[in-house]
Amino acid sequence: MAPRVGVVVFPGTNCEHDVVLALERVGADAELVWHAATRLDHLDAVVVPGGFAHGDYLRPGALARFSPVMGALSRFAAVGGPVVGICNGFQVLTEAGLLPGALQKNRDLRFMCGPVSVTVASSRSVLTRAVPAGTELLLAINNFDGSYVCTPETLAQLRDEDRVVLRYCQNPNGSLDDIAGICNRAGNVVGLMPHPERASSELLGSTDGLVLLRSLVGVGVP
Amino acid sequence: MRFAARVEVRLRPGIADPEGATIERALPALGFEDVSALATGRVFRFEVEAATEARARERAEALAGALLANPVLEEASVSVCSLEA
Repeated sequence: MAPRVGVVVFPGTNCEHDVVLALERVGADAELVWHAATRLDHLDAVVVPGGFAHGDYLRPGALARFSPVMGALSRFAAVGGPVVGICNGFQVLTEAGLLPGALQKNRDLRFMCGPVSVTVASSRSVLTRAVPAGTELLLAINNFDGSYVCTPETLAQLRDEDRVVLRYCQNPNGSLDDIAGICNRAGNVVGLMPHPERASSELLGSTDGLVLLRSLVGVGVP
Repeated sequence: MRFAARVEVRLRPGIADPEGATIERALPALGFEDVSALATGRVFRFEVEAATEARARERAEALAGALLANPVLEEASVSVCSLEA
């Protein structure tokens, strides 16, 4: 049976259909989950896609944590359910306290949109478990607040616990330690600024995102 | 009693403030060579119902910490004053 993956939709989310399409491409049975949902336990994995949840008011992701689905998402994550936040989804997960640190404005105060090369820094996350560390992937970024920042203590912890999942090959935005994605201690909650779904077809210029999504849904993963 | 609260949120020292830096770079062109250390921030105003000013401040500080400021990036300062005549 195909793994069921929920794609959370807040008011203002705008990458949900792209993510559903990309998930279907790797064999998942993907469904949209409205932010008012209070149960996620029928799902095998959950993606929080990009966009502008609740209009990015106050701070990107700040108001999303008051949506009912976030309580369900926390419980889903707490029992080991795979959760991936992409772009605005990463911001939502940091604001909700599911991942440490925060995303600040890009160094040059520019909205950045384009291809970006990243290196898989760790294979211990649900998003990279099928990808050897050191693998270079061509993905895409599309954000204003994409520069990862955290305290020196948190950074030391992320490094010591092998929780930096992706690093930019060439830092586009001043992100601390070239970080493009991190995971929680258990490896089941991942946040990344690049969009795997925007690298899921030759038409888009890259299919490198598929190996990440394949890792997530576990299809063809040993 | 009702109290007016004012919460100023600003970026922590060491957190890049590209907006502030950009504004500051524009200042000499306007004849403000004497201005420096410009920083951006935001101000929130709201009212709190509380028995005492200390309690109103406590509630405003709790709101600032829980939502208005992200402690990784920002710090907040809170002031309250009575709205009673």
